Amino acid sequence: MRIAAGKRLAAFCLVAPLVVFLVLFFVWPLATMMSNAVSSPGAVQALPQTGEVLADWDRTSPPTADMQAALVEDLRAIEDDQTVGDITRQLNSAKSGFRTLMAKTVSAVREDTGPIDLVAIDKRWSQVPFWQAIAAATASPYTDRNLLAAVDLARSPTGEIVSLPDTRSANLAILQRTFVIAAGTTLACMLIGYPYAMVAASCTGWKRQAMLAAVLLPLWTSLLVRTAAWFILLQDSGLINRMLQALGIIDTPLALLFNRTGVIIAMTHVLLPFMVLPIFSVLIAIPSNLMPAAASLGANPLRAFWRVLLPLSLRGVVSGSLLVFMTSIGYYITPALIGGPTDQMISSVIAFYATGTANWGMAGALGIVLLVATIALYVVYDRLSSSEGQRA
Amino acid sequence: MSMLRVLKIVFAVAAMTFLLAPLVAILPLAFTSSVFLNYPVPGYSTRWFAELFTADVWRRAIINSLVIGLGVTVLATVLGTLAAVGLRERRLPFSGVLRTAFLLPMVVPAVVLGVGMQLLFVRMGLANSYLGVIFAHSVIAVPFVFVNVSAALQGVDTRVERAAASLGASPITTFRRVTLPLATPGIVSGAVFAFATSLDEVILTLFVAGPNQRTLARQMFSTIRENISPAIAAAAFLFIVGTILAATIVMLVRWKSAQRRAA
Repeated sequence: MRIAAGKRLAAFCLVAPLVVFLVLFFVWPLATMMSNAVSSPGAVQALPQTGEVLADWDRTSPPTADMQAALVEDLRAIEDDQTVGDITRQLNSAKSGFRTLMAKTVSAVREDTGPIDLVAIDKRWSQVPFWQAIAAATASPYTDRNLLAAVDLARSPTGEIVSLPDTRSANLAILQRTFVIAAGTTLACMLIGYPYAMVAASCTGWKRQAMLAAVLLPLWTSLLVRTAAWFILLQDSGLINRMLQALGIIDTPLALLFNRTGVIIAMTHVLLPFMVLPIFSVLIAIPSNLMPAAASLGANPLRAFWRVLLPLSLRGVVSGSLLVFMTSIGYYITPALIGGPTDQMISSVIAFYATGTANWGMAGALGIVLLVATIALYVVYDRLSSSEGQRA
Repeated sequence: MSMLRVLKIVFAVAAMTFLLAPLVAILPLAFTSSVFLNYPVPGYSTRWFAELFTADVWRRAIINSLVIGLGVTVLATVLGTLAAVGLRERRLPFSGVLRTAFLLPMVVPAVVLGVGMQLLFVRMGLANSYLGVIFAHSVIAVPFVFVNVSAALQGVDTRVERAAASLGASPITTFRRVTLPLATPGIVSGAVFAFATSLDEVILTLFVAGPNQRTLARQMFSTIRENISPAIAAAAFLFIVGTILAATIVMLVRWKSAQRRAA
């Protein structure tokens, strides 16, 4: 008994370093990303008194002197411009106009140490919507604003969920585009991958080895190298256009780079191995005498394929498709280098929010959408492959 | 039947061309004398390799990639191997959950992870540091080591270790003299995969590295994006040669251990 416990302790000590490492550098970053999406700490922490006073306000009656006094006190207590900037940005994204209003107010508050009438500084302080924005921002350290915005929704001033006007809604279109490109890539992989796996499974010896090597070699090659290669092949004066022109098929070069066609061609090349390998492994496990048996019973080859081979290999097709689809929806490098502005997928938008505009809330919210979609697909894939293992 | 056969051959050749042509097409361009990354190649020279090894940005990028790659290889191989050995103990609670969890870094989209790392690394003081990049790359390299070592260990007969223990070897000696040598092929493959993963990583590098940690892959990414030049083809040539070399090492190690086992 003691030996078993000792063994378990030893095993625990061996596994622990990786667990700690992944908690620190994998789980924690993801948690940080998610908490950024749902938290609005700036205003809550910086405007404590205002938050307290506004909690009792009904959000529709005119602003009171108490509310003004609390806001003046809070603004005076803030010393660094960084915090002021954070609050302003947060409020301005909820109600435009806050940028000038805050600049004006903060400088006035800092000059005068006595009680101040905010409406005298700027008339907008008498308007309810500006106070509604502050009330919403200070109400809770958590907000669903980013998550709603990720799917083109928002809360109205009275708190109902409404869809954003067309001018401010782009995310659903990008999500839809991401799924369209991923579905196109998956379909292309299936159409090439299934017959490829079938031919490879029907071959023997060096022919099969060569066909598998042709799949594995690109898989091992750097993604950047493969993308660069497609960049070269697809350009207007690239090999593909040259060849088609030399053969007299086209007169003017086809536009293949910086558009959807190019992205799907390059992504299909990159992800094809993930379709071929699962289908191949299912196909070689199917007894080779089934097709002749079907033929001997009078089925023509097409019917034999449709009724015998396809149903038996469906599991491989589903595994491969899930794998390809799941990987495609998170793709960044290939669309960034081969695609045009209208082929950018959700990852590009996340990267834009994060590095371009430092809007961590939106980057996080879209990140959650992508993460949830990916994990859901992975769970299905994992279930499927593990139940396969049990059956074998 | 012969019609079907012809169709099969035509399809197989076309698909293999689709798979291999891009890799083959980029190779001769590494030796072009032109400043354009295009065919026909007007003349052959090694000027772009010279550029790669003498131009400051490229040379620094190559050195950075090697330094970071080595760091990742060591860290990921140690962590992944230890965990794979530890998880052989089936009575360890949650071992099934851990097994799945260790593979998750391969599944999570890199951009999502990158956003979180950038936010967190600033707070940890790891932003724009070599250590930060090494940690980031190791997260996605570790699953490859774990998978490879686990697979190698599955082939190790636990009775061999019990025999060593019954002959008086301490657990550490058993591990060092029996388990580890048997797992070596898996460890070597894992280490090669870890290095290759780090070498090819762009997205996390974009998020966590500063200008001083620009890696070769990162440099290639921005060169393709901003001003594409045949230096890309030269770098790609090195990558492809490296890939073939790495694949050869992995094959050789596996083949040798298979031979030893057969003997």
